[in-house]
Amino acid sequence: MTSATMETLFGQCFRDSIVSETDAMVKALREEAFSYYAATGFPTVRDEDWKYTNVAEIAKGEWPCTQMRTSLPDDDPRPRVMLENFRFGRNGFTALNLAFADISVVVIPRETSVAEPIELDLSAAEGEMASPHVIVIAEAGSKATIVETYRSGGRGLMNSAVQIVVEENANLTHYRVQRDAADAYNYGVTEVTVGPAARYDLTSVNLGGAISRHDIDAKLIAEGGEIWVDGLYMLSGSQHHDTHSSIDHTVPNCNSHQTYKGVLNDSSRGVFNGKVFVRENASGTDAQQQNKNLLLSNDARVDTKPQLEIFNDDVKCSHGATVGQLEDEELFYLLTRGLPETLARNLLTYGFAEEIINKIEIESIKSELDSMVLNRLGTEI
Amino acid sequence: MLLEVKDLHAGIDGKEILKGLNLHVQKGEVHAIMGPNGSGKSTLSKVLAGHPSYEVMSGEVIYEGKDLLEMEPDERARDGVFMAFQYPVEVPGVSNSQFLRLAYNEKMKHTGGEELDPLEFNDYLKEKAKIVEMDPQFFKRSVNEGFSGGEKKRNEILQMAVLEPKLAILDETDSGLDIDALRIVAEGVNKLRSADNAIILVTHYQRLLNYIQPDFVHVLANGKIVKEGGKELALELEEKGYDWVKGAAV
Ligand SMILES: Nc1ncnc2c1ncn2[C@@H]1O[C@H](COP(=O)(O)OP(=O)(O)O)[C@@H](O)[C@H]1O
Ligand SMILES: [Mg+2]
Repeated sequence: MTSATMETLFGQCFRDSIVSETDAMVKALREEAFSYYAATGFPTVRDEDWKYTNVAEIAKGEWPCTQMRTSLPDDDPRPRVMLENFRFGRNGFTALNLAFADISVVVIPRETSVAEPIELDLSAAEGEMASPHVIVIAEAGSKATIVETYRSGGRGLMNSAVQIVVEENANLTHYRVQRDAADAYNYGVTEVTVGPAARYDLTSVNLGGAISRHDIDAKLIAEGGEIWVDGLYMLSGSQHHDTHSSIDHTVPNCNSHQTYKGVLNDSSRGVFNGKVFVRENASGTDAQQQNKNLLLSNDARVDTKPQLEIFNDDVKCSHGATVGQLEDEELFYLLTRGLPETLARNLLTYGFAEEIINKIEIESIKSELDSMVLNRLGTEI
Repeated sequence: MLLEVKDLHAGIDGKEILKGLNLHVQKGEVHAIMGPNGSGKSTLSKVLAGHPSYEVMSGEVIYEGKDLLEMEPDERARDGVFMAFQYPVEVPGVSNSQFLRLAYNEKMKHTGGEELDPLEFNDYLKEKAKIVEMDPQFFKRSVNEGFSGGEKKRNEILQMAVLEPKLAILDETDSGLDIDALRIVAEGVNKLRSADNAIILVTHYQRLLNYIQPDFVHVLANGKIVKEGGKELALELEEKGYDWVKGAAV
């Protein structure tokens, strides 16, 4: 596809909508982002970062554009700065997101503990593209939980971006649940910056979508920061999921933990690419990363690449990836307790997935995910 | 006859480990199988439980008149055969109570008993846990994950208590236990002992037999039973060491 035809997919629509953008700064950003998209289009498998994820069928689709919306506070410069720093040039999706973004801001006030979870319910209507762009500022000393749920009911294109700052001593728990219909498309990026002695804890559960990809970009920018970036992808049929994550230790004495698990059935395909950077001055870093995959069928496939790039000696780091089947000894153990083989296998698979889902502390969400996992396995317990 | 093992030859990876083993077990009996490390005790336990890696070369195992070797491991279990593992397996992400309820209900389906829902089962489990003095907080934890050696062994006996097997094979349930845990586990087994079931205690040491009095003691060496007797044989063995019976074998 040439850039001229790509431009026409969204071009007219963009020109019609941009005239009503009244915020000059945002307008300039949108224009810049759109030009980027017009020049590059959607990523292709020739891009190293997209080698295993082919989005040609998304690029071919006609996606009527959605309304741009901007609601930035007048008296708070921070969201604007974050928006300006958004890496829209990451790829065609991120550029398109900013161009058409429906921008909203969530601020968790300083020293406040928010008991009720903050819910972001996101979905793309059948045949349409949605471009939510959420900016979250967890102010110093605050504590909150964000529940970001994707629930597209049909073949829509979700193209989201979430930018998060966790300020000094703040503690942000983030549940990201992607449970789109099996024919939906979902691209999303999460950019996180973690401040002094702050804590960010992500649990990302990916169950739906025909093609889905989640890019995570987490930076530790002050001492004492701690992050957890954990996730599950459970795929069947011909589903494809890709998680690309980057965890960047730029300063001393921060911790990061990452456990991603994949359960792949039928002819589904998973991709995990996890980079952990430990920069030159990031002494005292503790970074753990692992990716474990369970293949339930001979046709399922996963491409996993955990990568540690360490530029400092005074660190404690580990990483690893496994791709395999259920453990024979675990299976035998369950059989000797009288569980029929299918149930035993399903229970072990459930247990494998539960290690991630168990992190979720909101009982209603956890039990709903439990049932979805069991349902996927065609079993009841 | 509950269990009849006749001239059993079995092994792994083409290597013969059990070399003509005979054993007769009636309901209501407790048999101790003692033997030095490597004599084939765990091999016998696993063959009886149906571990797929072990190969039976010849011989017969008849359980309640049926050919046990023809049955799948899960069928054996539902039919009342239980093995407590020497090294219990951890099952991450699956809670003890979920696991036990599923196992219990599968057995009930098989025997025509009443299945229990989670609440009913929890009450049942609480009662059973008293037998091995196990804290109910272990119900919610993943099966054996992060359990100490002693807790794992207790959990095995809890499973036995829940499933009420007709034939229980306890493979070195005493190993790795301190004296208090040993007493608790042994008392648990004594409570589960009845005229309707039989227990095969597999052990290296005599000390378990101070707590659980066996009706018969069999000494296994080099894949064969080399000596048999009553409970006094265990004491004699303790005194004279395994070299004594190894000598008897030749
Ligand atoms: N998986 C295996 N592969 C090969 N040899 C084995 C295997 N498991 C056990 N053996 C051998 O079989 C013999 C008996 O082992 P085992 O039944 O575990 O003895 P015990 O329980 O009496 O200590 C030992 O010599 C042991 O090394
Ligand atoms: Mg052994």
